[in-house]
Amino acid sequence: MAMQAKPNTISIDGQEIAFTAGQTIMDAALAAKIYIPHLCHYPGLRPSGNCRLCVVEISNRSTAACITPAVTGQEIRNNTPELNAIRKTITQMLFVEGNHICPSCEKTGNCKLQAMGYYLGMLDDHFPQFYQRREMDASHAGILLDRSRCILCDLCVRASREVDEKNVFAIAGRGTDAHLIVNSSTGKLGDSTIAVTDLAANICPVGAILIKEQGYQVPIGQRIYDLHTIRETALQENVTKEHHEK
Amino acid sequence: MTAKSKIRIATTSLAGCFGCHMSFLDMDERLVALLEQVELNRSPFTDIKQCGPCDIGLIEGGVCNAENVHVLRDFRAHCTILIAVGACAINGGVPAMRNYFDLQDCLQEVYLNGTGVTNPQIPSDIELPLLLDKVYPVSEVVPIDYFLPGCPPSADEFLQILEPLLTGHKPELPKSHVHYD
Ligand code: SF4
Ligand code: FES
Repeated sequence: MAMQAKPNTISIDGQEIAFTAGQTIMDAALAAKIYIPHLCHYPGLRPSGNCRLCVVEISNRSTAACITPAVTGQEIRNNTPELNAIRKTITQMLFVEGNHICPSCEKTGNCKLQAMGYYLGMLDDHFPQFYQRREMDASHAGILLDRSRCILCDLCVRASREVDEKNVFAIAGRGTDAHLIVNSSTGKLGDSTIAVTDLAANICPVGAILIKEQGYQVPIGQRIYDLHTIRETALQENVTKEHHEK
Repeated sequence: MTAKSKIRIATTSLAGCFGCHMSFLDMDERLVALLEQVELNRSPFTDIKQCGPCDIGLIEGGVCNAENVHVLRDFRAHCTILIAVGACAINGGVPAMRNYFDLQDCLQEVYLNGTGVTNPQIPSDIELPLLLDKVYPVSEVVPIDYFLPGCPPSADEFLQILEPLLTGHKPELPKSHVHYD
């Protein structure tokens, strides 16, 4: 029999942490400086639960931490070899589904997908490559959209809708046909209302949405994930976010 | 003192740029110590053309033509341990960027319609290996034992994967060394 749990606490890998009503497991974990790997979660945006990197186990059930409310007494497994192996497999699937040629990508070193691969010790892609042909959109003067690298995390969609209040992006199609579409008369970014300073233009975790003419300002080898793990930056990101909200 | 038999290593570059081989040479003076334990078989370093029985094979580059397939299978047949080295061997890398176009379109652009082309014709000499429809990672053609990512992996990383293998141990790259660029 489990012991009577303290109200408003959950345990993650045996560590008891407090949560406030309405928090998800992800929110509570980040607030307590516990890293649950994630790609489509961004503090402050409504969670969408689509990348599945944040998979955790409660009893014999697995669930996405970013969309599961914290409930008193939950005993959650997070940083286990089994879950990290599943997360590595998910990361490998994201890699083969898109065209992630890191040596030719401006985002290399600043890419969260890549950093997730590093964090999980991914040395190869395991699965056969899809080599999908996806449309590139260079019509905007200041922003490039290369769908080859899109992992359909939906962050730009939510950022544009919830923060920029513009609704520039949406995801259309299903399964392997799913792709990012742009809300403009031509379907081109250049004819949309997006601006270089929008959160949607800067939130992409991979190199699918890039600000033009700054890709090589910081040399390769000195970029974020050349120097830090994604775990460190994710915990830091949350601090910065809380700080802004105060 | 009995002379311990040396570990035999073969290396090759398929659809790569020889950057991984150059990086291997960046071991500089550490190569001297390495070569006391290691003997190079088929490799661009030795110019030996036929692969003999080897302990370790290092493959740079992906598979873009029929000759690459032949060489890769030959390495798999002759090497106990086969290591895919670098981004191109592991996922096709930069050469695989041609996979987003039809092969015929690529050939026409390069040899017939491209800027500055003189005497336009698509090469068809019988000596030339036939191109595959796509550039493939080596692991899609033969089973691979270890992967050493990086574009290129550094000399340190080469040593990190080789040193344990030389003493019969399983190599493990520390996470702080993994990079795909
Ligand atoms: S473009 Fe970037 S932010 Fe938008 S869905 Fe694709 S990966 Fe996510
Ligand atoms: S972070 Fe939870 S599903 Fe992506």
